[in-house]
Amino acid sequence: MNSPFRIVKREAPLGWGVCLVISGAVLFALGIGMGMLSIQGKPPLSGMGLLLQGAFGSRWALEDCVGKAIPIYLCSLGVAVAFRLQIWNIGAEGQFALGAVGAAWAVYRFSALPGWTLIPLMMLVSFAAGAFWGLIPAFLKLRMRANEIIVTLMMNYIAVFFLDYLVYGRWKDPASFGFPMTPTFPESAVVGRIGGTNLNWGLLLCVVSGLIIWIFFRHTRLGFELKAGGESLQAARYARLPYENLVVLVMVLSGGLAGWAGFIEASVTLNRLQPSIMVGYGYTAIVVAWLARLNPLYIGIAAFLLAGLRVGGENLQLEIQVPAAFGEILEGLILLSVLASSFFIRYRFTPRRPS
Amino acid sequence: MTWWDMLVPLLAAAVQSGTPILFATLGEIFTERAGVLNLGVEGVMLAGALAGFLTSMWSGSPVLGFAAGGFFGAGLAGIHGLVCIAFSGNQVVSGLALTILGIGLADYLGTPFIGQSAPGFVPVPIPGLSEIPAVGAILFRQDPLVYVSYAVPPLMWLFFRNTRWGLRLRSVGEYPHAAAAAGLNVSAFRWAGVLVGGFLCGLGGAYLSLAYTHLWTSGLSAGRGWIAVALVIFAFWHPGRAVLGAYFFGGVMAFQFRLQATGTHIPSSLLLMLPYALTVLVLVFSSWRGRGDRAPAFLGVNTEPAE
Repeated sequence: MNSPFRIVKREAPLGWGVCLVISGAVLFALGIGMGMLSIQGKPPLSGMGLLLQGAFGSRWALEDCVGKAIPIYLCSLGVAVAFRLQIWNIGAEGQFALGAVGAAWAVYRFSALPGWTLIPLMMLVSFAAGAFWGLIPAFLKLRMRANEIIVTLMMNYIAVFFLDYLVYGRWKDPASFGFPMTPTFPESAVVGRIGGTNLNWGLLLCVVSGLIIWIFFRHTRLGFELKAGGESLQAARYARLPYENLVVLVMVLSGGLAGWAGFIEASVTLNRLQPSIMVGYGYTAIVVAWLARLNPLYIGIAAFLLAGLRVGGENLQLEIQVPAAFGEILEGLILLSVLASSFFIRYRFTPRRPS
Repeated sequence: MTWWDMLVPLLAAAVQSGTPILFATLGEIFTERAGVLNLGVEGVMLAGALAGFLTSMWSGSPVLGFAAGGFFGAGLAGIHGLVCIAFSGNQVVSGLALTILGIGLADYLGTPFIGQSAPGFVPVPIPGLSEIPAVGAILFRQDPLVYVSYAVPPLMWLFFRNTRWGLRLRSVGEYPHAAAAAGLNVSAFRWAGVLVGGFLCGLGGAYLSLAYTHLWTSGLSAGRGWIAVALVIFAFWHPGRAVLGAYFFGGVMAFQFRLQATGTHIPSSLLLMLPYALTVLVLVFSSWRGRGDRAPAFLGVNTEPAE
């Protein structure tokens, strides 16, 4: 090891330097994205410009970003709660699907109810459905020691095929000319818009659940135990924290929140159930949770920015025919480079003294 | 037709559709034995499938395509090595990010080629061996890549068991501190684990586009990478048991396709669910039996950067 620098663990936290490191990493990832554009013969700078403008450049675009950020936020908040306890819930996608199925079930079963009872009922059922899908891996982890990463992931596939099964078969609208979709929801099952804007009341759901989770971690004993349990399992076991109960709680919350995201998407965006409801919000949620360092407020910001990547990516496809998967690539690149950059938050380089 | 006449082609199909899973499972075993958890297998496979497909299409040589799949897989896994080994980032999250990146890359670069075909591999019966009743039809009337895959598990087994490098690689996964104290370069061994593992996963992907189908569609890997990650646990990190698991899953996939083709009354979405539901069952069963403690002791744990 003859490098002129020594790597030393930082004693003092980096403070604002963290922001600098993370934005540097994001810029680095965007730079690679620009390189990819230019290899494809597309203009890199104006391409990025089109991406940003498409995402944040108009009122319509901003509202679209918020609309997409809502389900991402709910999924991500849930994922973050589980990550706090070092439970790797990769199953937000499936819990989202089941939440949408639950909401639709409530609509078709109780379609005669007025909105003020039907919507809370949809919320209840979708939360329960998502939570149920989260409880299965929790149970298998605790009782059978099955790895929750794989179980939650496989359950994503199962949930999506279950949704397909309903939409292509049992619940298919006979009047849809063979298209795989369920009948449209009645007016009473649609979450309304806020004032004269294009934003829906799902935003309020995000704010309220974000606040509750924040207070839970910050000001309750259980929340503190959860954080402690996540930081050191060994210590938590010594302190006789109710680890099993915490796992169950975390997976119920995690699945339930993702279930709500499915409810919002089914109710507001599609007004029905169809396969196109699955666009990978559950996976983006993992990226968001990690970028935001599991903090409910930062999750809001990161969800908005990554929703922007999707909206902007669509604009890029429209304007210069770059496949929309470009946004996905950027998502992966950003996460990877932020992960690598966290090295500089934990360690510093000092010059080696000549000896 | 008797049940025997149906069973032999089904087993042959099981070997064929189990082969990509086998390559990926062996790759992940190699990586995990060095103590690195790479959850990016699905992304690496898909990107390897695309690289193999494009190379074969442009060069006209499927052999070149197969190699390209492997090298592209190794390259993509190298990003994981960079993040986890060089910058000690979180292995779980890095692997997930790698999957997102790999799927994105395959969609981004592959979209213009959807539905196009490339020269691939076709079955070549081995003279003599293929005449053995039943066994010949199942094992020796396959494409050349399947024969390649037969060689990998025994080689890996010998490598881990009987060679100095294999033992060293294992020691880095079991107890890196002791390995470092004994003068081994832990990072170098972990890099080898990640790159060789990525290479094998990339080969598995290339198998999909060059032998399983000869055309490009989006989402070609369809969760096989994740199944491979689960099979590593089922295999208790042993190449031999990986063969068993991969062919079992290949069998389930082949069976499900055949059942669909016969026009059963079971809805196709429920049949498609089958392999994934079974993965959960197999995983639960093997974790319960093996109690998960056969994993390399330092799997997923980064070592501190050297001072």
